[in-house]
Formats: sequence, structure tokens, C-alpha cells
Amino acid sequence: MKEIRILSATGILGSGFREETLKRGMALSPDFIGADSGSTDPGPYYLGSGETLFSDSAYKRDLRLILLAARAAKIPAIIGSACTSGSDAQLERLLGIAHEIAREEGLHFRLAAIHSEQDKGYLKRRLREGRIKPLANAPALDENVIDRSAHIVGMAGIEPFIEALQNGAEVIIAGRSSDTSIFSAMPVMKGINPATVWHAAKILECGAACVVMRRYPDCMFATVSDGSFVIEPPNPEYRCDPASVASHNLYENSTPYILVEPSGVLNTEAAKYEAVSDRAVRVSGSTFMPAGRYTIKLEGAELAGYQTIIIGGVRDPVILRQFDSWLEGLTRAAKDRIRAVFGADIESKYRFDVRVYGRDATMGLLEPVRALGHEVGLLFQVTAQTQALATAVMKSVSHIAVHYPVPEWTGLITSIAYPYSPAEIDRGACYRFNMNHVVEPDTPLEMFRIDYRQV
Amino acid sequence: MTKLWQVAKLIRSKNSGPFELTFDVIFKDHATYEKVRDAKILNAEWFARTYRLAPEAVAVINYDAASAIKITIPRPAISGDIDDTDVFGGQQYGPLVDLEVPAA
Repeated sequence: MKEIRILSATGILGSGFREETLKRGMALSPDFIGADSGSTDPGPYYLGSGETLFSDSAYKRDLRLILLAARAAKIPAIIGSACTSGSDAQLERLLGIAHEIAREEGLHFRLAAIHSEQDKGYLKRRLREGRIKPLANAPALDENVIDRSAHIVGMAGIEPFIEALQNGAEVIIAGRSSDTSIFSAMPVMKGINPATVWHAAKILECGAACVVMRRYPDCMFATVSDGSFVIEPPNPEYRCDPASVASHNLYENSTPYILVEPSGVLNTEAAKYEAVSDRAVRVSGSTFMPAGRYTIKLEGAELAGYQTIIIGGVRDPVILRQFDSWLEGLTRAAKDRIRAVFGADIESKYRFDVRVYGRDATMGLLEPVRALGHEVGLLFQVTAQTQALATAVMKSVSHIAVHYPVPEWTGLITSIAYPYSPAEIDRGACYRFNMNHVVEPDTPLEMFRIDYRQV
Repeated sequence: MTKLWQVAKLIRSKNSGPFELTFDVIFKDHATYEKVRDAKILNAEWFARTYRLAPEAVAVINYDAASAIKITIPRPAISGDIDDTDVFGGQQYGPLVDLEVPAA
């Protein structure tokens, strides 16, 4: 019976896995090792700035063990969404780390680099052709949004990975790609039923996330054939049961039944989850409907401004009893002072926001309870178009705020506890995700440049 | 009365991409899940009222395979934007925890 055996190293490269577990996984003779390296979870900063979620040392530790294991067994290693957002600069960063590892370990391999960053001219042309479509809750997209974006990436499907494998790649490092494509490419290429493959890939892409109780990040293993796949953690301390595997479809997904991919839609409504042992689960019954139109999802981020923040606390019950009016007065006084210092035209050049911890700072508009406790935490936030302006504006806020009075106390009070000197903390550039759209390309490869290097 | 947290093995919220928030309530046992599911306690109207949303914005999905109820809503602010309060969307489930449900 035709089957593919897959070792998923971890849920996100850089978060780690146990070396011992990888060894156990390798003893199960996988056909390849896969690992996702990206996420939009930590927010727009990483796509906007090109910085990475983990340190180079963390990426290198995980990638070294993966490359050593894959080369020793002569199987491909496939990494997707390099260094958080999979932009070109982040891809180059992970490629550089791979080169360093190869040099240090004396490894030789054919490396494929899949580029996911998008050309703005190409996207504007597709937009004019009406071949960029919004997804749910998408912000408005026009050519200005494309121009303003710091980086825009397309989320690759399986096709660029298959292309690279067919061209003899032994290690693939990709820019932004769908988490599941990393794991689906080879089994689909080998002709295994795509419904089984995509479902297995969805379970594998988060590493050990589908176990009953995940205490630390680790590897996962699946054996995939046409009619079903069996998932079993290689770490003996972990176990899967049918509920834990079924539950994983809930994770970071708006519905557990549907998974939209560039080439089609996985539907798990008829899926069956059966225990094979007390730690392995067999999954079958999902369906895969090929898409009428092939689509590539876009992710973009633009500069939202530069910020300076202040953290402070209020403990005085007299102030807390009139907290809303006190804060309103404080905000008004701070804005008046800013206008006095910088002139009337400052109004359109900055934003002042206050987050009230202990009231609604966590849930904002969604918060049903607005009662205060015995203390509240304040977070003042100034956003402006340059860091210098944000810092300067906040320096006016901090002095006004810390002495803002209440009628009950006569004389100068100090009404906020600042834990830091200086009170103002520069946050640097902050970014905004600015698209939730798909492109309809002519071919699945059109948006992804692949280059090959002999390492 | 029994509270939701007492019959759930997990109550969580999380981004489903930067533009949506999703809530999962995974029950300890299937019988209790069915009881809560069939009593329609976690319904779109209750959720919308609690989270101050329009009921049309709330999707409630029953997931028998995992004894779970999922609720998905549009994010009030895009993840990480200036108005956002919770980049991962991980601390939005608080109002669900003490919801009263039929005893197991």
C-alpha cells in the first residue's frame, strides 16, 4: 500500500523540540521532515519591519538538528514561512543560517529558495484587472494601499514546493506559504488522496499541539495513505486521543469543518477519529473539493506611525471614586498643553490614547464589566508620524498627568505612580495589517520565484 | 448552579487570522456537551449581548467530533493595530467562564 511518512519537527521553527524526540521520529523512517516557521499571530510588526519572532540562535538550533537528521537519512527537509512573515529579507536570513550550518557541519545539499514577496507593479495590474478579491472583514484595497505597504507576501500553496522537489531540491526554504502546504506537497506529488493529505497536514502543522496535554513544543509523526492517516506523537510522554486530534481543527480556524487552500477546500464534516492505541489516532472520511479558481492569499503591512508610551498606576480611593471624570479632565489638560507647546496644527499630527488596566484595557469595546478594583493601571499612548514627535508630545503629557488634581485634595498632588525613569518609553515604528484579499493568478507558480543553490 | 468552566476542559479565545476572533469551548464529556448544545445556552443573541455586538456578527458552530462549541466574530480592531487590545486575541473569553449551564 502506498503511504508517506511525515515528521513534523515543531509547531513553529525557533520555538524548539526535544532532540531525543526528533531521533525517535527519525527511527520511524520518515519520507521528509517539515516545519513551519511563520505566523501572523504576533501581529503586523514582523511583516512590516522585517524583524523576526525568535532569535537567530533559536532558529539555528532547531534548523541544525533538522538539517543534520534529514541529510543523514537522505530525505528532504521542507521549511515554510521563513522567520515569521516569509518576506524576502526574512527568507534570506534563514537561508543565511542554513548556509552557516552547512559550513559548520560540512553538509552538502541542493537548496531551493521559494520567494513569496510580491511585486507592487504586478499586484496593481491584477487589481486593475479585477483579479484581487476581498475575504471576510477585509479593509478597503486600492493602489495607494499597495504603494504604502512596507511588505506584501503571497501565501504559497503546494505547487512551488512540488516544483522544487521535482527539480531535485534536498532542502527547501520558503517564504510565506500556507502552513499545510509544507506537509501536503510531497504526498500530493506522490499521488496520495488529497483529502487525507490536507487533513493530515492541518494536524501536523502545529507539531505536538494535537496531543492531549502539550507541556512544551515538540515533534509529531503521521503515516498517510489514501484512505486514512495515523497520527502518533514520537515523544513517549505524549499521547493523542480522538478528541485531542479532532479538537485541533478548532485551533486558529473560524470553523472546524472547512480549511481553504489555494487549490481547493478541505471539508472535515464526515471525518472519523478512531483510537488505534492509547496514544495513536486514525483519521479518515474528509473530502477535498478542488477550487474552481486558483487563489493566493495576500498579507500586507504598512507603517501606522511611531509610538511613545507611559505606564502608571493609581491607588488613591478618592481619585478612583471619580476616575472617569478625572481621566477625562487629565486628557483634556494634556491635549491643551500639547496645543500650547506645538501650535494648533499639531492636532492632525498625533493621536493620544489611554488604556485603563483594571477596567477594560484587555477587552476594549467587547468588555461587559467596567467596575474598577482597588487600583488601576494606566497606559498612555502617543502615536505620531515620527519618533521624535511622539517622544516630544509625550513629554508634555507626563508632567500634566502626574500632577492632575481632584477637588477633594487641596495643594499639589502626585496622582500617578510611574514605575520608570524616564516615564516615557519609545516603542519605535508600529505597523498595521492592511489587506485580507486573494489574487487569481494565471498559474500557481506565477507569484513565486524559485532559485536553486548548491550548498 | 454549574458554571461553564466546571464542565469544560478548555475555554479559549484566539485569532483566526488578523481579522477574526474565535472562541472554543471544549467539554469534558460528550453528554454535558449535548445538554449545553441542545439547550442553546451559548447562542448568538446571548453572545452578542454580552460582547456588545450585533447578533448577525456572531457565528456559533457545534462540533460533535470534539464535544466543542465554537463562536467566531469579526475582530473589533485588526490584530496589532493602534486600537487593538489583544494581539493574539487570547484573553477575550473571560465573560464565558462563569456562564451558568445545566448540571452534568
